[in-house]
Amino acid sequence: MKNRILSNKLKSIFICSSLFMGTMVLITNCNPDETQDVTNFTTLSKYDEFTEDGAPNPELWTYDIGTGQNGWGNNELQYYTDRPENVIVEDGMLKITAIQEEFEGSGYTSARLLTQGLFEQKYGRFEARMKLPYGKGMWPAFWLLGANIDEVSWPFCGEIDVMENGGSKPTIVSGAVHGPGYSGGNAIVKEYEFTDSRVDSEFHIYGIEWGPNYINYYVDDVLYNQITPEDVTGDWVFNDGPFFIIINLAVGGAFDGNPNENTIFPQTMYVDYVRVYSAN
Amino acid sequence: MKNINLKYNIILPLVGLISVVMISCERGFSDDVELATFPSTAEVFTDTPVGLTDEFFISFDPAFGANTNGFGTDDNEAYEGSTSIRIDVPAPNDPDGGFIGGIFKDRGEGRDLTRYNALTFWAKGSTTATVGLFGFGTDFEEDKYAVTLENVQLSTDWKKYIIPIPDPSKLVQEKGMFIFSAGTQSTNGFGFTFWLDEIRFESLGTIGQPRPRILGGQDQTAQTNIGTSVPLIGLSYTANLPNGQNVTVSATPSYFDFETSNPFVASVDELGIVTVDGPGQGGDNTAVITASLGGVEAEGSLTVEAVDIDVISIFSDVFANVPVDNYNGFYEPFQTTLGGAVNENGNNIIDYTMLNFVAIEFYGRDGSGVEPVDATDMTHLHIEFRVNETVDASDYINMELHNNFTLPNGILGSYQITGSELLSNEWVEFDIPLSSFAGLTSRDALGMMLFVTDNNIANLSVDNIYFYAEN
Repeated sequence: MKNRILSNKLKSIFICSSLFMGTMVLITNCNPDETQDVTNFTTLSKYDEFTEDGAPNPELWTYDIGTGQNGWGNNELQYYTDRPENVIVEDGMLKITAIQEEFEGSGYTSARLLTQGLFEQKYGRFEARMKLPYGKGMWPAFWLLGANIDEVSWPFCGEIDVMENGGSKPTIVSGAVHGPGYSGGNAIVKEYEFTDSRVDSEFHIYGIEWGPNYINYYVDDVLYNQITPEDVTGDWVFNDGPFFIIINLAVGGAFDGNPNENTIFPQTMYVDYVRVYSAN
Repeated sequence: MKNINLKYNIILPLVGLISVVMISCERGFSDDVELATFPSTAEVFTDTPVGLTDEFFISFDPAFGANTNGFGTDDNEAYEGSTSIRIDVPAPNDPDGGFIGGIFKDRGEGRDLTRYNALTFWAKGSTTATVGLFGFGTDFEEDKYAVTLENVQLSTDWKKYIIPIPDPSKLVQEKGMFIFSAGTQSTNGFGFTFWLDEIRFESLGTIGQPRPRILGGQDQTAQTNIGTSVPLIGLSYTANLPNGQNVTVSATPSYFDFETSNPFVASVDELGIVTVDGPGQGGDNTAVITASLGGVEAEGSLTVEAVDIDVISIFSDVFANVPVDNYNGFYEPFQTTLGGAVNENGNNIIDYTMLNFVAIEFYGRDGSGVEPVDATDMTHLHIEFRVNETVDASDYINMELHNNFTLPNGILGSYQITGSELLSNEWVEFDIPLSSFAGLTSRDALGMMLFVTDNNIANLSVDNIYFYAEN
């Protein structure tokens, strides 16, 4: 796959506004310095197409269970389980479902899957094709954490948020990095807005291409951001070692606020596939 | 502001359009071309009306108070281009009419709107008044696919409004391009002005989460006599807008596909009229009426129980009700109870708050002419209660029925429902033998029904009140 990097000075709204606009930019910006070949990762190193019904493949996926500390550090409201009500593979998809129910002292249940200790990789293309839930308080995410988190702790391990969405904003997703000096509210983040689609009505591909000193963010075939050491306000911790994958659906918390009376439950996050590529 | 004279404004662009078509038609059509039956023009108003009738604006009937003076265009205000529509909303006592409203209609045989999923427009108000309704699909002919967004608050800057089309596939030949209606209910009778611009149909991929509803999304049940018909009400369609906000519009039955689970009991036609056809087979006398819209199952259902009863209905959406004086007699100074009949999401109910006691009167209070009810041939009272608070076993509703109320020969019968028979926030049905009303020795002129809770139950809803006898 070939992608062009558009000048960072262009606002993302221009980048994603329309094919027509894209054509205009292509015609007027002929400077070769503004293009870069980003097709570095073509070898499929790990994938899950979610074709086998039942629990997700235990050789690839493990779970976070419970509420963590202070709702996983974000005042999230859900209790994570590995019950089939909350996480199951069927219809060729991984389904993570947030349910409103009293469970172990929490008002909601959901699931958080991770590949920690089972699959970790440094650099590569990480992508997932997903259809997201909707409604205020829904917080689906597809992200990576540095595998050395237990040794150096967060945020020194680094965090790459491939895709996050707040359910009250059905046309907006964002990608971010967190590291020492740029974590939490100071993360390096950029939004992408769909102008003629939604996260909850159609499947979209959310991915990054991550190499030495850069992380490129894309939605479908649109590259909407590149983050390099120049962009972060601290040490670049993304050349140090492998990262593992997390996919989760949180309810409430810092990102989109808590559900309100218009939020409909249950809500399901559908993952058609997760694919990871490495360099040749 | 200037008043429109469209005879001139519309002809010139049309001439231009025709000449363009003529020039580009030099090759003619091949035999393989399938012409679209009706044009799919998206624009309704840009700087001029697009493809509308010569009248442009067709007012509601002035005989019913519609003011036709306040409609025109404005060259000094526009969201885009040079001109907008300007509407001056009159005061209620304006001798030329106390509100303004009407439609824009396609000048041809209608448009094919199947490729769009929303009507959009920009609006701006002189104040943040609320406009009664905006919509489309009303053509003053059949109004078959009418959609309205009600109680729309204006902003004093230009703002875009989106009205979703519930099922665009139905709109193969639509003439009703736009409708509005505005009065001064939100401005204490003071007139105001609003402007409209860039009215068009659009296909927006950013609209989602379609949620059709019938009966306000509630699952309702009704005992209904064989041979009677009842319309499904509370039809609406909710969509989620690009900003994450829900918008709910009223939609006509023609957008919905209705279905009965038991044709031996009830049928439902394309206008949502449910008719109870028979007693059913094998002892199953119930049918569930459901609906879908564009393949999406609608929330809400009506479970019909076919019965063969004589009914005198005081308050019900199913049976024809007898006239009553009121649903809250307001006996001052001792009565604290507030409330009365309300529409709750498409279901008419009686809703009381601060209840100590309250009466439904139907005896002809203050010479109203309402006739008392002769329930001599009736055997039961059907009534449904929902306690809108926590309910304790020691709570009660003391009911009284008064015969010859206010007359010297008046008598009353009483019946108590205890808290243990009631549920919090759920409807409970009661079928009470009239013989159980202690002291009710005759019932040939029932005129008042009293509910006494002494504030133990302060928030109470009541529905489906009728006397009946099984045949």
